[in-house]
Amino acid sequence: MLKIDNLHARVEGKDILKGLSLTVKPGEVHAIMGPNGAGKSTLGNVLSGRAGYEVTEGSVLFEGRNLLELEPEERAAAGVFLAFQYPVEIPGVNNTYFLRAAFNAQRKARGEAELDSMQFLKLVREKLKIMQLSPDLLNRAVNEGFSGGEKKRNEIFQMALLEPKLAILDETDSGLDIDALKQVSEGVNALRSPERSFIVVTHYQRLLDYIVPDFVHVLAGGRIVESGDRSLALKLEEHGYAWVAEHGEPAGVSA
Amino acid sequence: MNQPARTPFVAALADAPLPASGVAWLDQARRENLVAFAEAGLPDTRVEAWKYTALRALSQRSFAAGDAQAARRAVDPVALALPGIEGPALVFVNGVFRADLSLLDDVPPGVSLQPLSGALTHAPDPLRFALSRRYREPSDAFARLNGAFATDGAVLRVAAGAKVAAPVRLLFIGAAAERDVAWHVRDLVELGEGAELALIEQHLGAGEQAHLGTRLADFTLHADAALHHVVLQQAGAGSSLVRRSHYRLDARAQAHLHVLELGATLARHDVRAELVGDAAVFHTHGAFLPDGRQHIDTQLAIHHQARNTVSASTWRGVASGRGRGVFRGAIVVNTGADGTDASLNNKNLLLSTQAEIDTKPELEIYADEVKAAHGATVGQLDERALFYLRSRGIPGEQARTLLTTAFARAPFESLPDDALRQHIDQLLLSRLPA
Ligand SMILES: Nc1ncnc2c1ncn2[C@@H]1O[C@H](COP(=O)(O)OP(=O)(O)O)[C@@H](O)[C@H]1O
Ligand SMILES: [Mg+2]
Repeated sequence: MLKIDNLHARVEGKDILKGLSLTVKPGEVHAIMGPNGAGKSTLGNVLSGRAGYEVTEGSVLFEGRNLLELEPEERAAAGVFLAFQYPVEIPGVNNTYFLRAAFNAQRKARGEAELDSMQFLKLVREKLKIMQLSPDLLNRAVNEGFSGGEKKRNEIFQMALLEPKLAILDETDSGLDIDALKQVSEGVNALRSPERSFIVVTHYQRLLDYIVPDFVHVLAGGRIVESGDRSLALKLEEHGYAWVAEHGEPAGVSA
Repeated sequence: MNQPARTPFVAALADAPLPASGVAWLDQARRENLVAFAEAGLPDTRVEAWKYTALRALSQRSFAAGDAQAARRAVDPVALALPGIEGPALVFVNGVFRADLSLLDDVPPGVSLQPLSGALTHAPDPLRFALSRRYREPSDAFARLNGAFATDGAVLRVAAGAKVAAPVRLLFIGAAAERDVAWHVRDLVELGEGAELALIEQHLGAGEQAHLGTRLADFTLHADAALHHVVLQQAGAGSSLVRRSHYRLDARAQAHLHVLELGATLARHDVRAELVGDAAVFHTHGAFLPDGRQHIDTQLAIHHQARNTVSASTWRGVASGRGRGVFRGAIVVNTGADGTDASLNNKNLLLSTQAEIDTKPELEIYADEVKAAHGATVGQLDERALFYLRSRGIPGEQARTLLTTAFARAPFESLPDDALRQHIDQLLLSRLPA
């Protein structure tokens, strides 16, 4: 599904990703952990095509296509979804209008029929119920005045609606209390399927008690320095990220 | 001081024959205004009020003083309709009242609506105070022209206590003619005590023309009157339009003004408000969207002259192409106008590198216990919001339009009339790149 090979990326003249490689197969859940500033959000931004993130080396294939040459909206239509670490407030743009515009734009790009407002509203109501979000969020402006938790749940709600093939969740757990964390996790788990893959970026292993990953990777210094199964997350929890710096640095980095 | 050489603009109008009214005080006022205009000509950018709006190009053009064929200019009545809006309408083409295009059958009780030309013929004296005004400021060139040449306009009175639900519409149309015309309208609107009126003012173009229109309007609101005034400025491309709207509010009177500035090559609107009665309320909301080579200038001057008066202004500017927007928002709180609450906010968006917006909030306070807030910003579209929309699959151009429309629409969210709000949404959408 996704094959990242030796990815180097630069932001404002600063090299952030320095040779990151990662392969995600359909149905897999990969957790990416790492200290603040490691480049986790940068990875999500590069994958979803944010302007200002310059790829200087390496490649990203998504279902065999070169993802890096697609516009952000083309990536979305191809099935890539990013749940933002900091969802953006957009005053004056009605949430329902926004959701339908996004939903139908993706369908149109894929040559599928668009939904009229009645059909769409029905779909939205079903998905809202799954996320236990209040329907009055629909009448508000996008993310405007949402609490921190509402914003994060709104991201997962959008994911449930847009049904991507690859979802990148960027610290969706941060700032959530335990109940909200469970709700978000349930929302994610409900969408797990043999065809759909997830990259779950998190700072804490706590989330991985609820969203159980197939693989855990440690991102530090702009590359994956350690990969393993769930137990790696527990080791990190126990020893902290300093442990990675000592033990996780792959051989030959300084050579 | 040397008398500067006359510009083509001044030369063409200074010696034009004045309209004859047969009313001595009016003919006298017209003569004096024309003399003042001829002497001073057009202001240059050293005059503070015209600092950001240069009239050099205009001063090199010449216009006919009025359009003798105005009554016969072709205008498609269908183009004058507003979806979902019914009610009486007064239509002026190149400054002349057009009974054939106007709708005067259903004037509600308590409302007197007639063209100025008619009012002057039948009973000129009640108009004397307004029409014998002399304009003395260096910035008054267009008011002088208007004072000299205007023969028509709307005279609208609402009787004390009359509450008029259906909006009254005033339409001003510049229509194609054999040559460029300077046309003028003079409007007088008066609301008696406790009267209520909804007024929609439209500026439109019919056919290709590059006329200059001037409009002077007085709105007099007696105690407890309420005016809802919506202005849709869609004057023809190529035309110039200079307006001055003067509001005078008695105690507890309220005026709510919503203005959408879309049309004309050069558009200038001076809004002057005098809050002379205690607890008068003046709200203005507007958006201006210069595109191409348009220049759109709005100047607010709000004078708080009585206690516990309130003014609030929300304006948005969106400039694209080589468009230029100018906004000045001046609030003056006089001595004794204690308890005044005044706020003014102007946010602007530049959509191209060649577009420009100059905004200048001004605040002068001479009273006590005043609440005043004002602010102005000029920026670009929020890249984070743009990326957020695109990351969800919305194509770049559509995302830009969505954000820009949301930005420009904000001042109209307080508009009570759904049909009008939707119409404005449509105008904004059709205007912005899709
Ligand atoms: N838009 C940006 N502009 C400038 N610097 C950035 C930007 N995005 C990320 N960075 C820098 O890149 C580095 C990695 O940031 P980020 O990817 O957000 O880390 P993480 O998500 O792992 O905490 C940090 O040093 C950060 O300051
Ligand atoms: Mg981050």
